[in-house]
Amino acid sequence: MRPITATLINLYHICHRELWLHAHEVRMEFFSDAVQDGKQLHETAYPQRADRNREIMLGGSKIDFYDPKTKVVHEIKRGNKAEQAHVAQVKYYLWLLEQHGAPGATGLLEYPRLRQTQKVELLPEDYAAIAAWEADIRCIVESEQCPPVINKPFCKQCSYYELCYVDE
Amino acid sequence: MKKSLYIFNPGRMSRQDNTLKYTAYDEEGAEGQTKFLPIENVADLYVFGSLDANSALYNFLGKNGVSVHFFDYYEHYTGSFMAKEYLLAGRLQVAQTGHYTSLKKRLVVARKLVEGAAFNLLKNLRYYQGRGRQVAEEIAQIELYVSGLPYATTIAELMGYEGNIRQTYYRCFEQLVNVPGFTFSSRSTQPPQNELNALLSFGNMLCYAACLSQIYHTQLNPTISFLHEPGSRRFSLALDLAEIFKPLLVDRTIFRLLNKKEIQPRDFVRELDGCLLKEAGRKTFVRVFEERLKETIQHRRLNRSVSYQHLIKLECYKLTKHLLNMEEYQPFKAWW
Repeated sequence: MRPITATLINLYHICHRELWLHAHEVRMEFFSDAVQDGKQLHETAYPQRADRNREIMLGGSKIDFYDPKTKVVHEIKRGNKAEQAHVAQVKYYLWLLEQHGAPGATGLLEYPRLRQTQKVELLPEDYAAIAAWEADIRCIVESEQCPPVINKPFCKQCSYYELCYVDE
Repeated sequence: MKKSLYIFNPGRMSRQDNTLKYTAYDEEGAEGQTKFLPIENVADLYVFGSLDANSALYNFLGKNGVSVHFFDYYEHYTGSFMAKEYLLAGRLQVAQTGHYTSLKKRLVVARKLVEGAAFNLLKNLRYYQGRGRQVAEEIAQIELYVSGLPYATTIAELMGYEGNIRQTYYRCFEQLVNVPGFTFSSRSTQPPQNELNALLSFGNMLCYAACLSQIYHTQLNPTISFLHEPGSRRFSLALDLAEIFKPLLVDRTIFRLLNKKEIQPRDFVRELDGCLLKEAGRKTFVRVFEERLKETIQHRRLNRSVSYQHLIKLECYKLTKHLLNMEEYQPFKAWW
């Protein structure tokens, strides 16, 4: 299996089926307006952001903005509906940074549309949680069987909606 | 909303900044009108006339995921320029191949395809039966063939059923097109022998290209097919899917065009050994076919309004799920 990435951690907290499909490279985001919109937001939300922010790759995961001076990871999201998934993703970044010899970083979840930001820190109890997520993700992705649909209201907004629910 | 572009007139297509520029030529080859077409609005190009273009244009089209389909003077599909695949899925590719190489698995998919096609063409017959056409005999005959499908044990047998079903179906065509001046007798191709055959050939080819375009926007490999033999044409999976959609997209378009007299005998040219649509006729056909593709229905499962064109893509999704062992494939059957 390919390495676990922050994207998978995020999906794990949203929908196990989407996680499985994404990990098996059945991708839908190319057609999703929401994804396009997110990309746009990402490029335009903070035009004055300092140049010292860097994009860094850590074992297959990509952190979009990392400020090495203040040790802050910035993560921009459109809306806060899946907030706990966003928090999990940022915690994973912080954990990854620590694994790669940069401990003590903090995270900042940014919702420019909502004019809100939220601080994220890696807490002692998160280490066990992250290990559990990883184990669970491995288990789901390695299964031959794709997890069933979850039938949640937010499915309708998902780019996989039609794939999941079309049956005849 | 992205649209397909059909190019009938000779001209030159080029890139200007991030826009397509099309300059038509007149009969003497002098430059005529220039049109600008934003690339964001172009889904794909269908080229019937002679088109000048250079590699800069193809690079531009390729980067924007626009494919170009070419047709020869006789309106036969001759090939496509396909942008570099942007949706690759190794695992799906392997699964798709597996479903082709295992006869047992392949039969399951192939049978469903014939079943779906038969259901949809029966739908057409029943619709016209409701309008007083005498097609009961053919319907019964086709139903008999359909009841035999579960017992077919080879692909050749399924193709045989498919052929018989279509032949029986085509026997009704003269009746369904209740317009003097149009005879059918039997299906003939390369070249078509009469007007109805010419329309069928032209329409089927448009349907094939429409299916190919949709497959391209999914992760299925268009060259690995189940009912048709891979290699019977370059992108044989499009032939498989076209079976299901021809009755709805092509045949209904033809009945409408003729019954409403939008296309008439004067729109054809009879040549030495066949019959072809003239340019005006082709344009009318393409216009109505495009309208048909854009027409929407309320999808009863998705609870969304979807176009006929989008139904083709949904069919690809269902196939994907089948191939990944997620859900058994159920072919699209018109439910209205």
